[in-house]
Amino acid sequence: MSKLNLNKTWNYAAATESTNHILLKEKYDLFINGEFVKSNSKKYFDTINPATDEVIAKISEANKKDIDLAVKSAKIAFRSWSKLKAKERGKYIFRIARMIQERAKEFAVIESMDGGKPIRESRDVDIPLAANHFFYYAGWADKLEYAFPNKTPKPLGVAGQIIPWNFPLLMAAWKIAPAIACGNTVVLKPAETTSLTALKLAEIIQESGLPKGVVNIVTGAGNTGAEIVNHPDIDKIAFTGSTNVGKLIQKSIAGTKKKSTLELGGKGANIIFEDAAIDQAVEGIVNAIFFNQGHVCCAGSRLFVQESIAETVIKKLKDRMSSLIIGNPLDKNTDIGAINSKEQLATINKYIKIGQEEGGEIYQSKCSISKKGNWCPPTLFLNVSQSHTIVQEEIFGPVLAIQTFRTIDEVIEKANNTPFGLSAGVWTEKGSKIFKLTQELNAGVVWANTYNKFDPTSPFGGFKESGFGREGGLHGLKAYLKFE
Amino acid sequence: MKLPDFSKSTKIDKVGVHERISRFCKRSIKTSAKKHGLHLALSMIDLTTLEGKDTPEKVRRLCYKASHLHDSLQGLPNVAAVCVYPTLVRVAKKELEGTKINVASVATAFPSGQSTLDVKLSDTKFAVNEGADEVDMVISRGKFLAGEYNFVYDEIAAVKEACGKAHLKVILETGELDTLDNVRKASDIAIYAGADFIKTSTGKISPAATMPVTFVMLNAIKDYYKKTGIKIGMKPAGGISTAKIALQYLVMLNETLGDDWMNKDLFRFGASSLANDVLMQLQKQESGYYQSLDYFSKD
Repeated sequence: MSKLNLNKTWNYAAATESTNHILLKEKYDLFINGEFVKSNSKKYFDTINPATDEVIAKISEANKKDIDLAVKSAKIAFRSWSKLKAKERGKYIFRIARMIQERAKEFAVIESMDGGKPIRESRDVDIPLAANHFFYYAGWADKLEYAFPNKTPKPLGVAGQIIPWNFPLLMAAWKIAPAIACGNTVVLKPAETTSLTALKLAEIIQESGLPKGVVNIVTGAGNTGAEIVNHPDIDKIAFTGSTNVGKLIQKSIAGTKKKSTLELGGKGANIIFEDAAIDQAVEGIVNAIFFNQGHVCCAGSRLFVQESIAETVIKKLKDRMSSLIIGNPLDKNTDIGAINSKEQLATINKYIKIGQEEGGEIYQSKCSISKKGNWCPPTLFLNVSQSHTIVQEEIFGPVLAIQTFRTIDEVIEKANNTPFGLSAGVWTEKGSKIFKLTQELNAGVVWANTYNKFDPTSPFGGFKESGFGREGGLHGLKAYLKFE
Repeated sequence: MKLPDFSKSTKIDKVGVHERISRFCKRSIKTSAKKHGLHLALSMIDLTTLEGKDTPEKVRRLCYKASHLHDSLQGLPNVAAVCVYPTLVRVAKKELEGTKINVASVATAFPSGQSTLDVKLSDTKFAVNEGADEVDMVISRGKFLAGEYNFVYDEIAAVKEACGKAHLKVILETGELDTLDNVRKASDIAIYAGADFIKTSTGKISPAATMPVTFVMLNAIKDYYKKTGIKIGMKPAGGISTAKIALQYLVMLNETLGDDWMNKDLFRFGASSLANDVLMQLQKQESGYYQSLDYFSKD
């Protein structure tokens, strides 16, 4: 087989984004009632750059008393915020959106430092999308009655929001923007490994003059989250994260009046038919599984290729993988950055080991990886079936399980044969096939001839164990309103 | 070799292609990588003059420029070739004697290709007899769009035969082919019919070379190489006027076909004004300052 030597001799010189303009404090406190306050626990934990193992800053750990203060301030703020003219609410949100845009570069660099994602992604995806979510929901603030005609939409009260570490600022925007646009107030907890951009957002919120207590941002790990979920004055829980934690949350709020939306795990099926535009489909496979190191709940982690083209697709995929640049997240030429935390790396490696033990054929692209930091090369598994653990469970890393199929009915059955139902991708040049699959796939999002595309106007969410409720679009408003 | 059914050439998704191109354009090429890329680009240029008003004198000046790009900068490569009309091949050949610069000649009723096969073959033979090292032919786009793929194939095969030892570049004139699917189909036809290079454009039709079109052609070359082990060259021509664009093309080449294609034997830029912009950038790399364009000779 004729070999290609991609991206070898002509090495792109390092084009590292400067960090000189970044203003970071040594210690970050809790943002409660419009002020940064010290936590009652008096404890701090380190936030670490996953590409270098360096400590970037210390983050405050909120305990029960802190959560109580935050919820109280949100509850008091709700009285006036929910009665404020909707047009005025919109103005504040527009202001926050503009301020994110103005400081986009700073946010992008911090996001990459704290989370390990390549600057290309934080610059081109995370930060602009976060600003767009605020813009989009700012526009809805004074139009809720038109969004839901003949109903009287009312805010719910205090929303407790818990977000994951894979898109830190973007998830904060997904949660905060619709909640406050609808007149709710918020207590938000970012993930413990990636709190920095949420705290930077708190600075913007403070500067924007948003009334005190409307948005409170508290930091900490699972225990802190549990205090939010269990607080009696919380009216609504919005959670994005793992299915296991989602189940725990549902158990704890059972029997209470708390409403909830859960956006949980996934095991997206990416389906390539023989009549697809093959080269673009291969690119789509790469975007589906290696985007953000595979730390994406809707990642296309199960690939189904029609048997007649399987060999070609896999060869092309291996070639494409050899041209991916893995390394310093702050280098503008980096395609794949660092794994978010030591714990996550251990989880991924555990699954890679299981995959091999169960007889899967592993392929990893060669790359030189620095000794410091958390790294995982892009990984494929061939010779696996629906019964393999790595096909069934969410890995949340750059690991793709490849299976083949013969007929359209077979692939629909296999794609739906999972406890999850978040996302899927379909690659074919035949329109009728796309419509058949969008009808029959049990997934909240089905992308056709593309993958991992997000927009504030488009609702996102899952079926089955991938959760319920929708974020984004008109549907995203519903989750923060009651109708009288 | 068994010929494929050209009507079933690989499908192309335009949106996906544009997305991939934007990734190439976002690569940041700095310092040593930039210098390497600029030298490479310079060495791949086919310095071109294809005008009705071309004269022997004009061609002589162009040839001198080809071998003396910018003598004040040390260690510069020469361009790869000078590209002219058949009647001026002899002049160019004489002027470039002793250099390693090739003479390329357009042929086959360039640029429209609207003539009989006899005329095209004698046009080709004339250019080769005058000393052309490379022949740039055009395909019959009318016949292609009418679905007469066999006609287009046979014509290319006949011209290839007429070329003898001269290298054959086949111009698809993608600006007239309308879709990327057609570009892929025409690339496959040209490659299987015997092209040594495939080339985007004559430079007489707008749009000329674009990155999406070039990308589709590179993929056709890749698939053929994977199947047969034979390396076909690529020449985007027209519209590549700045060093920045040239570097973006090289990034695309580097990440699509890789090392083996990163030289003038398998990749060329058909361009007239590109050389000076590359020279200006190289000068800036040396001195840290941009010079006025007036310091670079225009021939």
